[in-house]
Amino acid sequence: MFPDAQIPGGPLEEKWDRHGFELKLVNPANKRKFEIIVVGTGLAGASASASLAELGYRVKTFCIQDSPRRAHSIAAQGGINAAKNYPNDGDSIRRLFYDTVKGGDFRAREANVYRLAQVSNHIIDQCVAQGVPFAREYGGMLANRSFGGAQVSRTFYARGQTGQQLLLGAYSALMRQAALGRVTLFPRREMLELVLAGGRARGIVARNLITGELETHAAHAVLLATGGYGNVFFLSTNAMACNVTAAYRAYRKGAFFANPCFTQIHPTCIPVHGTYQSKLTLMSESLRNDGRVWVPAKPGDRRPPHQIPEAERDYFLERKYPSFGNLVPRDVASRNAKEQCDMGKGVGETGLAVYLDFEDAIRRDGRSAIEKKYGNLFQMYEKITAQNPYETPMMIYPAVHYTMGGLWVDYNLMSTVPGLFVLGEANFSDHGANRLGASALMQGLADGYFVAPYTVGGYLAGTPLESVSTDHPDFREAKAEAAARTGRLLGVRGKRTVDDFHRELGSILWEYCGMSRNNAGLAKAREMIRELRARFWEDVTVPGTADDLNQSLERAGRVADFLEFGELMVQDALARQESCGCHLNEAYQTEENEARRDDQNFCHVAAWEFAGTPDKDPVFHKEPLVFENVKLSQRSYK
Amino acid sequence: MSGTLTLTLKVWRQKGPEAKGKLATYTAADISPDMSFLEMLDVVNERLTVEGKEPIAFDHDCREGICGMCGAVVNGRAHGPEKGTTLCQLHMRHFSDGDTIVVEPWRARAFREIKDLVVDRSALDRIIQAGGYVSVNTGGVPDANTVPIPAGTAEEAMDAAACIGCGACVASCPNASAMLFTAAKVSHLALLPQGRPEAARRALAMVSRMDELGFGGCTNERECEAECPKEISITHIARLNREYLKAGFFSPERKP
Repeated sequence: MFPDAQIPGGPLEEKWDRHGFELKLVNPANKRKFEIIVVGTGLAGASASASLAELGYRVKTFCIQDSPRRAHSIAAQGGINAAKNYPNDGDSIRRLFYDTVKGGDFRAREANVYRLAQVSNHIIDQCVAQGVPFAREYGGMLANRSFGGAQVSRTFYARGQTGQQLLLGAYSALMRQAALGRVTLFPRREMLELVLAGGRARGIVARNLITGELETHAAHAVLLATGGYGNVFFLSTNAMACNVTAAYRAYRKGAFFANPCFTQIHPTCIPVHGTYQSKLTLMSESLRNDGRVWVPAKPGDRRPPHQIPEAERDYFLERKYPSFGNLVPRDVASRNAKEQCDMGKGVGETGLAVYLDFEDAIRRDGRSAIEKKYGNLFQMYEKITAQNPYETPMMIYPAVHYTMGGLWVDYNLMSTVPGLFVLGEANFSDHGANRLGASALMQGLADGYFVAPYTVGGYLAGTPLESVSTDHPDFREAKAEAAARTGRLLGVRGKRTVDDFHRELGSILWEYCGMSRNNAGLAKAREMIRELRARFWEDVTVPGTADDLNQSLERAGRVADFLEFGELMVQDALARQESCGCHLNEAYQTEENEARRDDQNFCHVAAWEFAGTPDKDPVFHKEPLVFENVKLSQRSYK
Repeated sequence: MSGTLTLTLKVWRQKGPEAKGKLATYTAADISPDMSFLEMLDVVNERLTVEGKEPIAFDHDCREGICGMCGAVVNGRAHGPEKGTTLCQLHMRHFSDGDTIVVEPWRARAFREIKDLVVDRSALDRIIQAGGYVSVNTGGVPDANTVPIPAGTAEEAMDAAACIGCGACVASCPNASAMLFTAAKVSHLALLPQGRPEAARRALAMVSRMDELGFGGCTNERECEAECPKEISITHIARLNREYLKAGFFSPERKP
């Protein structure tokens, strides 16, 4: 029996208000008796920590970096959506809701998405009150821009550093609560285990990354805001420390993992330059508004771009999609670039890149017009690649960017483990099979500022919770498990480095569970991952000791979890015998290579339950998705 | 690109806060000019690991110049020789084959050494805790467009808010002062109407916290501005000084 998603009754527009009223309240004098653990300090974690502390709860906040301000939300460039309709161009809460559901290819929950659109406006108000320096018009009003092909201008931004400014806003609120003594900060800590007592989430085991000490912390509720799992691919636009461990450890303790195969691959990233590459850098996709994507028509043509005459170039997006050309959606652009490279037509040193050429745009509009639009991006490109995109075409290649899948949560953002809440990218709830641009920041802050403070309170007020201390046997047991695991990693003493295994796992997933998938490849990948996992535990080498700052050990633990999680992703992709959003199974596509959904059989959330060991198939659960307010349609760009 | 580089690295190795550190010499061979400085360190570390030696500990995360986690003094300069560049965005093409590169951690009284190139910069968080915020709770705030802010003012506030908190300003200052870091936050919030009600208190509290934590004073050396990877201007220090003086003379928050 699938757990209830707890979606409130009544009309869509009234659900959240009604729910807010129905949730029990904690007496103000009692709030300080409740302790809440928040793991992660990105937009969701920092905003939730601050907001809960403001309400009077005692909050313990953990982060992996040396300061909460460094979480990877900081790297988001483009902006944050809200349904303010300041430009008077026809936006509304309903339109933002509809665009998000449709953009997600109808694989998200209506009620959650509607709530997201509703609270989006409060987020902008809150950030401005904190002093976030959003871009302004000359009259002093907030500026908006259109982003990611949206038909309305609903995106608020702070130069190309919107994520940074929003995170610093949430961080400042968090620092204020820390100064008031309501939040205790635990930086340089990594959560290694979730602790359950009496069937409820009651604490965590965290490793102090400086001393190596395993610390146990008890609380009345645990909130995970630990981000996405894109680094399972080794190369992604995620920060180096981003990992799945906290979420995966919770999965192993009974939290269902939903739609793990939904991963977003962004088409315009700076290509891989060599085997030692550690991460990928995103370039704003606005570049495709003026750049033309092409490859040499003949495979293996190694001439420099200027020596390839027009007739021997293949503008493959313009050729295959005459009406949308270079502006086809992210997933289509990405898949086609990979296809060209697989055919041997890729360019650059590695052959894993396509050109994005501004020559025609510069000829048409003049260099200064292009400079005004894209100057900072061109500069960034030149800094990294040492090539001048005004003179020679840019090279781009797709890269893993965001993960829509995550721990399953109900309308209250509570997982299948009572007392364990999951916020932001770590949960699965709002983006379906594909996320729209400028929606990740919106969701992280919605969850942290405006949803969790209500729903966590409702849980605490409505649940009798006995007092639990870290002397409880469940804590001792969880700590012993974490210690044993660390010991095992150090004890293998093999010959291959952690990164070497990670790179191999990444290339398996990229090849078989990346932009397009097929059943034979997925089945093969599953075997390969199992085999790689076995080799990891026989041949990995982790230098150093457990009781010290040991970055190799940190990475080893994360990669060990990725090696189990990667198989779960592949299983999910195999189980979903349709294509939708970013999940393209080659057997299910329209004539234009667009994802062909199967709403009859797959209009559901796939939620996986750990079966006790990674070598046993996880148990599949289905949450049917019911659409009462939107009509399911097929995306098309004819 | 042209061929690969072979470099001699002299890297600060220190086992822990109390241990004695020293420069250790390594050869970094087969370094592609397209690698970032941190990728070059990755290569050295992979080799050390395979040889059964302990890799060099260094802080890093986003590797795109925005999180502020990375940083080291390279040949005597915070974040290395390129202007407006974090260590993760410094590419090896700026070095020549056969170069010797000295890599040391941030050194400042307020930053405790942890291991190798890793230092404790939590003092910067504590400066922010002293007042680097607008005291507003979640909810109950006015509509975002209630208070118009001139575009130029918002831009200037953004210039200051761009600080990534890496600590290069402290590491490059002969006094190990955190004045540019503190000024960036004071200035960002002092420029905006939302920050005005607490401007006096903020300037006084943050400067006094900076002093308590063991950072030095500002003597206009301008090294901070020269090395700041986000090129934050010392005009923000001038604004902090104005705010501080104003608060010291006229504000009810001034110390007796």
